[in-house]
Amino acid sequence: MSNKEVRAELAHLMRRAGFGATREELDRYEAMGYEAAVEELIDPPSDMPAGEMALLLRYMPGCLLPGGVPLPGQYNWMYNMITTQRPLEEKMALFWHHVFATGNSKVDNCDQMLEQLVMFRKYGMGNYREMLVQLSKNPAMIYWLDNNENHRDAVNENWGRELLELFSMGVSNYTEVDVREASRAFTGWTIMPKLPRQPFGRFPWAFEYLPEDHDEGEKTFLGYTGNFNGEDIIDIVVKEPATARFICRHLYNFFVADEVQVPAWTIEPARDEEALDMMMTAFEESGYEMKAVLQVMFNSDWFKNARYSKIKSPAEVVASTLRLVGTYRTPEPSIPDIGPQPGYMGQSLLDPPSVEGWYTGSEWINSGSLLARINFVADRVADTSLPGVQSIVNDMKSAGVSTPEELLEASLEHMGYLEVSDETRQQLLDHAKAEGNMDWTNEDATSTRVGEMLALVGATTEYQFG
Amino acid sequence: MTSTKKDPVIVVLQLTGGNDYFNTVIPYNDPLYYDNRPAVQYRQEDIIKVDDQLGFMPTMGPIKNLYDQGKVAVLHGIGYADSPRSHFRSMDIWHTCEPDKVGTEGWAGRLARELDPNKENVLSAINFGHGLPRALVVPGVPVAAIADLETYGVLTGISDDQQRMKALDLFARMYSPAVGSGMVTDYLRSTGMEAMTGADIVKVAPEMYSSSVEYPNSPIAAHLKDIAQVYLADLGTRIFYTQHGSFDTHAGEAGAHPTLWKDVSEGISAFFEDLHAHGTGENVVMYLFTEFGRRVHDNGSGTDHGAAGAAFAIGDAVKGGMYGQYPSAKAEDLEQGDLVPNYDFRGGYTTIIEDWFGLDAKPIVNGSFEKHSFL
Repeated sequence: MSNKEVRAELAHLMRRAGFGATREELDRYEAMGYEAAVEELIDPPSDMPAGEMALLLRYMPGCLLPGGVPLPGQYNWMYNMITTQRPLEEKMALFWHHVFATGNSKVDNCDQMLEQLVMFRKYGMGNYREMLVQLSKNPAMIYWLDNNENHRDAVNENWGRELLELFSMGVSNYTEVDVREASRAFTGWTIMPKLPRQPFGRFPWAFEYLPEDHDEGEKTFLGYTGNFNGEDIIDIVVKEPATARFICRHLYNFFVADEVQVPAWTIEPARDEEALDMMMTAFEESGYEMKAVLQVMFNSDWFKNARYSKIKSPAEVVASTLRLVGTYRTPEPSIPDIGPQPGYMGQSLLDPPSVEGWYTGSEWINSGSLLARINFVADRVADTSLPGVQSIVNDMKSAGVSTPEELLEASLEHMGYLEVSDETRQQLLDHAKAEGNMDWTNEDATSTRVGEMLALVGATTEYQFG
Repeated sequence: MTSTKKDPVIVVLQLTGGNDYFNTVIPYNDPLYYDNRPAVQYRQEDIIKVDDQLGFMPTMGPIKNLYDQGKVAVLHGIGYADSPRSHFRSMDIWHTCEPDKVGTEGWAGRLARELDPNKENVLSAINFGHGLPRALVVPGVPVAAIADLETYGVLTGISDDQQRMKALDLFARMYSPAVGSGMVTDYLRSTGMEAMTGADIVKVAPEMYSSSVEYPNSPIAAHLKDIAQVYLADLGTRIFYTQHGSFDTHAGEAGAHPTLWKDVSEGISAFFEDLHAHGTGENVVMYLFTEFGRRVHDNGSGTDHGAAGAAFAIGDAVKGGMYGQYPSAKAEDLEQGDLVPNYDFRGGYTTIIEDWFGLDAKPIVNGSFEKHSFL
């Protein structure tokens, strides 16, 4: 493999398993090699910390507040995506947020949403059974799906249904009776304190199990009968082949290539049944360890060959652009502005439209969201005062970039080793040629020209793919 | 078909999350209402009586005013058989008119295609909000999504006018249709072109607009105000779409439900007042729907997912009144604890498509369905 091909492959890995990589970061990964890079992503050493929360808290004490406009949790999370040295851990938190979609529109307790993210970071690459147990005890989730209203004498089916439909097996693999019985098993799983919001304001929540509110009767669930409690239901659910398929298909859709939308999964075959089989085997043979599946997936040929076969999610567009231009590495005063940006592109973080999360792939794109994506990227990469853009300009200058062809090649490389069609390449080149060769004696004008070329690369159809 | 001088226009307002029908248009003389709602009920004296059987919930006063003027039709028992009680699936069914399989085309997108078959106007259909509802999505049909009318345009960050012209020129070439670039890229290209053209046209709307009408401070009122501006600018938009929510009141319904309807009712009232203050609005019909009603018996704090619901048509051209039958709330008549739909939701769309737009509804809603005579 050529040096350029190796770097393109690593750039692909980092777009999917992280939020893109700068030139320096790619240098480091290239020295390690692909498989070692995957190992580091899956098992990051302890001296590579997650986002620098202490620093954010010092400058922005409001970042943990439960409410406010824009939602403090959104910029808090975006800051984590930008500064983490454990990018896959953060990406997995985003993955679980897609699958276990919980919304602050109802929870209205943003610090509890952030607690859920902390849980996703801690257990997100661990054992799936343990993850479901933690999820069942997560206060934001309990409130979001009303399990605090699920009582021995008044069953509320919301959590029981979504656990089966959206968080494990997928629709049509269980009956309405199973929903009812699962819900009964989770009676008494609640949160404290449950004081009303008014007039006291918000309180932190904690999980609480109330045995006196738990239905101790016999339950029959998916053919098994017993006096089940919540964990027994999870034990049954994780062993169902439908669960392995559903979770691995989510992973494929999130990390490898765009699938049809979730409601079509019971009807449409998977995009790559063979790949899905490999993932399911790793999932089941390891006893539901997420790391085992991730390792098989990232090292497979079908992953490496799936470059640019996904539309980037808005969170990926925003986080990768901000990492590239090098802003908000420390909490600048305007940091609250970055929180709602993915929302302007149709992905309001911590606030999905419903428990079903977001439609992905081409569904991210409509005239409004496409404008927001293009303008967000263009505005930043064209701003030559930003440190990341400055470093690109300096790089081009010291590399002696001179002809329009060289300007275009260097711009594509810096924008994530972007591969474009011959037609797009020609159009960009014609545009560059109209301005002639680069004149580094006029550094300001030439810097502006570099920024504009980066913006135009960011405005291509190709750049919408990750 | 109703005759109007101007082209007919529809504003679809989606009540996302499953509005509680039983607690919105309330059978206030039926003891079963009070029996089934020990925790989540409106008191009889607070319910706004419409006739000797039914009343609107307490914060629907502005809608009751329009009702008294004969401008509000209530479509009872709307839905479809075998409700899946899943938001995702149910909203999909309402959007695609496909209860038995996963549909890929939305009914409002198909309507847009019929209204503008040659794609002469990229603003024929506009969603006001972030993202597009599936109801508006049909491959090849241009639909704009405007989150905020004030800031809408391509590459607005390039400040030098001459450079921006060149950049827009390149953008137009990069996004012009091409053979063999693949389905997703084709979609990206057509969306990019629509965005560019639409942004150029729509920027006149806020420039032209002035109004003495004060809209309340709520997200739905802000969207309805943007809709009023684009409508008043006369850009040829025929389908306006927006949504409000979440009506998913599993818990705390007594607090949330009145606020939701207060915002919706006041927003709608201001919207029509604004159009009337500009001497227009007679060619606008608003249609409110939700993906399902909620369970008859409350769960102690809210209500779970149900089946039958109500839809509302509002406007000067609407023949106001109650349409259809309120489903029986007797225990023996319920299915899995839910009111049983007795009017197919595709009939409501059919009435709008045929009696308002004068088009054949069958290919749009996938079949023939009973109409109501509210238009």
